[in-house]
Amino acid sequence: SGSMEPAFHRGDLLFLTNRIEDPIRVGEIVVFRIEGREIPIVHRVLKIHEKQNGDIKFLTKGDNNAVDDRGLYKQGQHWLEKKDVVGRARGFVPYIGIVTILMNDYPKFKYAVLFLLGLFVLVHRE
Amino acid sequence: LRKNVEDFTGPRERSDLGFVTFDITADILNEKMSIFDWNVKQLFLYLSAEYSTKNNALNQVVLWDKIILRGDNPRLYLKDMKSKYFFFDDGNGLKGNRNVTLTLSWNVVPNAGILPLVTGSGHVSVPFPDTYETTKSY
Repeated sequence: SGSMEPAFHRGDLLFLTNRIEDPIRVGEIVVFRIEGREIPIVHRVLKIHEKQNGDIKFLTKGDNNAVDDRGLYKQGQHWLEKKDVVGRARGFVPYIGIVTILMNDYPKFKYAVLFLLGLFVLVHRE
Repeated sequence: LRKNVEDFTGPRERSDLGFVTFDITADILNEKMSIFDWNVKQLFLYLSAEYSTKNNALNQVVLWDKIILRGDNPRLYLKDMKSKYFFFDDGNGLKGNRNVTLTLSWNVVPNAGILPLVTGSGHVSVPFPDTYETTKSY
């Protein structure tokens, strides 16, 4: 979605790492999942409070959103924890995913792509 | 890079709320070498406060952020800025805290490739007073 524009757009491909020992710090872009929801969210860490023993609670916000993500978390949930993190964004390639998105949103496009791929295979058979 | 701040705190429910105003002077072009090379799409600049409290060994709060796109004016001259986000502590750890450090950092967002996070080399210390302000116009 558009919540991390202009850095990332729908269709960009992100490279993630998920090393447990990597500390979570403000400014980092994390991929997290909210309990009970399937779709992970890619936003930036806005606030962290970490205890001596490493227990951490943190707040996130999309660059392009006016408010932080508290409204997105589960009812009664005010913070995210390490267990909610799926990965850390380390790099990205733009646009690549757009082909898959188009194929999902427009079945006719998908059939056209498959048809062209099929033609390609037939034409190139030696 | 230069930052100046003044501050005061106020209690909100049970947590300390800090108010910080600051100036930022930054020159992203360094003579001929700009951080904005061919593969840099934007900089995500943010000012964060870092401190320790009895409750939490490490606290980091982003007070302000700004996106600078390639092509934007590379000189920042901001005065008397108020924080964009509420500076709530998780508890009452701001009162009398002499060791709150402000740092300017930035995330370099390329057209494609790695996303490095860079921390500026200057820090400014912001000591919070021992008393709360009961009313303050903000």
